[in-house]
Amino acid sequence: MNLTLKIWRQKDSKSKGQMVDYKVTEISEHMSFLEMMDVLNEQLVNSGEEPVAFDHDCREGICGMCSMYINGEAHGPDRGVTTCQLHMRMFKDGDTITIEPFRAAAFPVIKDLVVDRMAFERIQQAGGYISVNTSGNTQDANSIPISKHAADEAMDAATCIGCGACVATCKNSSAMLFVGAKVSQFALLPQGQVEAADRVRNMVAQMDLEGFGNCTNTGACEIECPKGISLENIARMNRELMKSTVS
Amino acid sequence: MSGFFKSSIGRKVAMALSAFFLMFFLIIHLAVNITSLFSADVFNEMSHFMGTNPLVQFALQPVLIFGVVFHFIMGFVLELRNKKAKGVAYAKNNGAANSTWMSRNMVYSGLVILAFLVLHFIDFWFPELNYKYIAVNPEDPTRYFHELQEKFIPVWRVAAYVIAFILLGLHLAHGFASSFQSLGASTIRQKTLQTFGKAYSIIIPLGFIVIALYHHFSHH
Ligand code: HEM
Ligand code: SF4
Ligand code: FES
Repeated sequence: MNLTLKIWRQKDSKSKGQMVDYKVTEISEHMSFLEMMDVLNEQLVNSGEEPVAFDHDCREGICGMCSMYINGEAHGPDRGVTTCQLHMRMFKDGDTITIEPFRAAAFPVIKDLVVDRMAFERIQQAGGYISVNTSGNTQDANSIPISKHAADEAMDAATCIGCGACVATCKNSSAMLFVGAKVSQFALLPQGQVEAADRVRNMVAQMDLEGFGNCTNTGACEIECPKGISLENIARMNRELMKSTVS
Repeated sequence: MSGFFKSSIGRKVAMALSAFFLMFFLIIHLAVNITSLFSADVFNEMSHFMGTNPLVQFALQPVLIFGVVFHFIMGFVLELRNKKAKGVAYAKNNGAANSTWMSRNMVYSGLVILAFLVLHFIDFWFPELNYKYIAVNPEDPTRYFHELQEKFIPVWRVAAYVIAFILLGLHLAHGFASSFQSLGASTIRQKTLQTFGKAYSIIIPLGFIVIALYHHFSHH
């Protein structure tokens, strides 16, 4: 199929960007969206132009690197997928596709479609871990009884790949789905209890410091999240923070 | 504790608590007004009680005013902060793909409610204050029903009420369940809450609309 692409081009973090139109031809519907971008970049390189910078790594939906706001949705129109898992069969011959970087003041553009998501790392560093001594005589995790229900829910929360689609989608650029998932994965397990109050307090404080917006419960994040992280995790984070305040 | 209310989640909790209070108030307000459909005497009696009871006048009323003012100021503050958090707007954004119109436009439905509240204060509250505390008229426990009926004669006012209450319904269609989510209610309860929220956001505004229309058409 033949497509028109409207892509955000921005030389570096200091420059002003703009939308630029490109044409690509003979795109197979079996290609992934990133492969289509590769075709465009090959074309640009061959004609001596600067290729479009975009983030990617695993190309199989597990690393969370690929981003892009495609036709007004994070990771494009499909559900439960990252951009690398998005297939060109979601589009039709002759379509115009708008491609923008994830937008949030806390995710500044580095170049073209690449944004700086280090804010997520700093939130993780503020408390998204448990402090265990790994000197060699660590207790076997399986010797700690955990209910199936709690284990399943913690596992679901832990599937968050930190892609930032929730922030990009949210009209308020709120990071609460991400932080909610990271708080929940520990709050649900016995190993996470010891540091639970400090964890939620510090992670929420860092989230606010990074300049993410405030959740108004539109629920858009849950729908656009490639891993189906549920809003329940935000509610749990709210409960955890209230608990940490009164405890 | 003060740190809590400065955090993003603390603000959500404060917003939800003020909204809870307003939603509770609406039930009481509708319960009083609905009596005007059945009996002028009962309505007069209820209004007289509300207008003269010191607990209502000097405890609940100030809390209510604080609640309303807090809620809309906080609403605007949140909206402005959130706009800033987005930074550059998308050239193309498909909000309808993942969220309801109501949830994305709380500040606009809120603005219409605010405009209505101004009208409502000019209509009922300022004359009431004047009557009681400035002109210091003798208390007349039967005046309320006539005052109410007279207000609903002009078509423009009835139309304004109907529009404002439709917007209130939309505000609550998102707001009701949202306030419980802010307070950490789990998704399992959210299903029930959403059903309750839908019922509440239809019944309450509809009640006020019916009252306005009834008095408009029944008055000669
Ligand atoms: C009787 C009048 C009102 C009632 C019953 C009411 C009710 C609610 C409820 C239940 C919520 C959800 C709270 C939450 O998600 O935690 C809410 C949110 C909101 N309200 Fe109101 N409201 C009223 C008036 C107003 C007014 C006058 C404004 C003025 C602009 C306003 C602006 C907002 C905004 C911007 C939000 C979204 C903030 C958020 O969800 O965090 N509301 N309201
Ligand atoms: S919650 Fe979902 S959308 Fe947000 S960062 Fe994690 S995987 Fe991505
Ligand atoms: S490139 Fe790893 S998730 Fe898309």
